[in-house]
Amino acid sequence: MKLPVYLDNHATTRCDPAVVEAMLPYLTEIYGNAGSRNHAFGWGAQAGVDLAREQLADLIGADPKEIVYTSGATESDNLAVLGVARFYKDKGRHLITTNIEHKAVLDACHALEKEGFEVTYLPVDNEGLITPEQVRDAIREDTVLVSIMHANNEIGVVQDIAAIGAICREKGVIFHTDAVQTLGKIPFDVTALNVDLVSLSAHKMYGPKGIGALYVRRGRPRIRLEPMLYGGGQERGIRSGTHAVHQIVGLGKAAELAKAAFTNGEVERVRGLRDRLWTKLQTIDEVYLNGSWEHRLPNNLNVSLAYCEGEAMMMAIKDLAVSSGSACTSASLEPSYVLRALGVEVELAHTSIRFGIGRFNTVEEIDFAADLIAKKVGWLRDMSPLYELVKEGVDLKSISWTAH
Amino acid sequence: MAYSDKVVDHYENPRNVGTLDKNAEDVGTGLVGAPACGDVMKLQLRISDDGIIEDAKFKTFGCGSAIASSSLVTEMVKGKSIEYAMGIENSTIAEELNLPPVKIHCSVLAEDAIKAAIADYQKKRALKLSAQT
Repeated sequence: MKLPVYLDNHATTRCDPAVVEAMLPYLTEIYGNAGSRNHAFGWGAQAGVDLAREQLADLIGADPKEIVYTSGATESDNLAVLGVARFYKDKGRHLITTNIEHKAVLDACHALEKEGFEVTYLPVDNEGLITPEQVRDAIREDTVLVSIMHANNEIGVVQDIAAIGAICREKGVIFHTDAVQTLGKIPFDVTALNVDLVSLSAHKMYGPKGIGALYVRRGRPRIRLEPMLYGGGQERGIRSGTHAVHQIVGLGKAAELAKAAFTNGEVERVRGLRDRLWTKLQTIDEVYLNGSWEHRLPNNLNVSLAYCEGEAMMMAIKDLAVSSGSACTSASLEPSYVLRALGVEVELAHTSIRFGIGRFNTVEEIDFAADLIAKKVGWLRDMSPLYELVKEGVDLKSISWTAH
Repeated sequence: MAYSDKVVDHYENPRNVGTLDKNAEDVGTGLVGAPACGDVMKLQLRISDDGIIEDAKFKTFGCGSAIASSSLVTEMVKGKSIEYAMGIENSTIAEELNLPPVKIHCSVLAEDAIKAAIADYQKKRALKLSAQT
């Protein structure tokens, strides 16, 4: 077993060797511009771009013509939110999203608020879920877009996208979902889920960084967008810029492998590893799961290890690569807004640890992780004045703490 | 967070972790910070009648630099006078540990912990003296 063990697959993933292999010829041999229509270098590049489009469309049940390549999910989210709002601004100026979206959606919404749009931020319940009825109640005459993520990047909670999409369809409102964390983990089909726009990213599914896509529905209804980049008119004018051919080829190969994950046992194997980790961590006193267990990605675990501050825990388990919602890991010194939105007490939010299990993890690594965490929880609690007070029977809420 | 070797050393081998009897007359306890802010320090000092800090123990809930700051402080005050300990400023702690700017508040908390522990000791002492008269 190689240390440190990588368990941060929601942040990014290792490129699958098959992806790298597929990409390499497009850097050294087939290096043409896919827009060069009059020589073999261009034709070869175009063929790579076309194949990837088919592979990606096949993964999500789309038509290849509905795929728009972008630089990644941040651009896809921005393009969906800003592009729809600006194109349809004469129809209405109201958007609906949730308070646990990725910042790429939230900050795009904030930008639109400065342009005079109104945004409704639906609050999630303590499991991290939005009900379709909340969406129905929030839709107004002037609502042009609903943007709700499929699975959350911190807590892995999966929303009822199909039901929300059906409501949007019935009301004639465009529906965008960020499916970055979902692909290759739970089934995704644009028709079954009633979605009009979908943000995708390669590096969350064992592909390269710097490439993503936006699915844009072409029929019933046909979605139109105001571009953010102008130039050579690539991607039907929605997203100009020379195709990053090798990246696109990598995205396509990653999509092919993500589809195979449902039939080759990968999804169930990863779920088994995640369940094994959770079973072992539950033997530790005062460990709390954050977010719904039932509606959750099979590769995600997010727990609060009470009385063990998250950053200190990560230093203690430096042989594990994980992440924390602790304030000390963020520049803002505020704990995770996602956990706060669930109503997780701020004290517990500081002690949260996120695990993202992936394709390359092993049983040995999971057992090593669980044992190390159990050991270090004991070490940190022996050093924790809070744990000592609680063990003495003191209610921490009875103490008048001084905020600083 | 990329920490200095000193922070890592104090974090991995914290000095003087533990608890003194908070009810003892010669022990001052300082409990500063807040769980909601992500750091709480408990510093305890056993002080002799002539004002010398004979022992120091800490427990800290917080990030690596909060733990390191508390650990360092126990080393700094042990065997020193109350006056010396009261004079320790957060900047000295921050410099010694080479804390990054976002972690300066940890050194402030450590300074507060010293002052709170000594104040607790002095309060106990005042009560004891008034009971004697």
